[in-house]
Amino acid sequence: MGRQVSCPECYAQIEVADDVIVGEIIECPDCGVELEVVEVNDEGVKVRVAEVEEEDWGE
Amino acid sequence: MVRVALIFDRIRWEEKALLAAARELNVDMIPIDAKDVFFEITSDGNLVCKGADGALQRCVSYFRGLHIAAILETFSLRVVNPFQVSLICGNKLLTTLALVKAGVPTPMTFVAFSVDGAMRALNKLGLPAVLKPIIGSWGRMVSPLTDFMSSRALFETMSEMGPLYKIFYIQDMINKPQRDIRTFVIGDEVVAAIYRYAKEGEWRTNTARGGRAVPCPLTDELVDISLKAANAVGGGVLGVDIMESENGLLVHEVNSTIEFKNTVPVTGVDIPGLIIRYVKDLVRR
Repeated sequence: MGRQVSCPECYAQIEVADDVIVGEIIECPDCGVELEVVEVNDEGVKVRVAEVEEEDWGE
Repeated sequence: MVRVALIFDRIRWEEKALLAAARELNVDMIPIDAKDVFFEITSDGNLVCKGADGALQRCVSYFRGLHIAAILETFSLRVVNPFQVSLICGNKLLTTLALVKAGVPTPMTFVAFSVDGAMRALNKLGLPAVLKPIIGSWGRMVSPLTDFMSSRALFETMSEMGPLYKIFYIQDMINKPQRDIRTFVIGDEVVAAIYRYAKEGEWRTNTARGGRAVPCPLTDELVDISLKAANAVGGGVLGVDIMESENGLLVHEVNSTIEFKNTVPVTGVDIPGLIIRYVKDLVRR
């Protein structure tokens, strides 16, 4: 069973996978914003809006 | 147990695969979010990696990863890839110079530092050509130059975008199949290769632009040119981009924070496992 987190952009309730880890990016299925997982503990999962692509991003 | 700091700013498929490989290979990997730490660079810049035997630098942001590598190395931590390697690979101009110096075949390239200089370079090089920002990846802002009038307009636009874009890196457009080759070099071994086919309606082959990965056989020629290119930039964990020109293979880029989520499924090569093995052996030395 997954956990739920509220999208900070549109407040949609998002189901998060059980094996999610800090730093992972999830996409809000409602508004499409990319969210970064910042905390995972017994109480739940915390997210923040992820950084957007910059000109120095890549390989 | 070997402890390795994983410096990241985004956990992608690759980082998850590296963490899983580390668990399997008995490497204690400590993920460190580069966005959430600070470094006291006048005393002990390595406090954030305390207890680590080395660091695997995997930041998506080039400048972030590059500068962190500089800090960690200054305070005696071994970083994969090293600062100097990332510096060269992250800058197309420096990469070309390193390739030329090592005698690795690469497309003819001109560099100019003004719009007029760029136009003169283009006149000399001839059309069609390609304008590439010296910093940047995933084919971002890589532009075909097919006529002089719109090339000037593009140079003028770029020159308004900041100092880095006033360095005009102009390369011969190579007549090649609708694909290029990416080889994966880990240490002194070429472990995998893929063809990257441009998606329909797109001339760039980058998988970040929808390019399709297809397994590519590793010929002696490919292995040889890949190792030469990797050594030219200092060696490490690298992705070498190669074009099949009418006059043979040409290396146009070497990447230092390689992505492999498209390569692992089509080649079956355990690239994350091989990277972890390489890092483990390196930091144990």
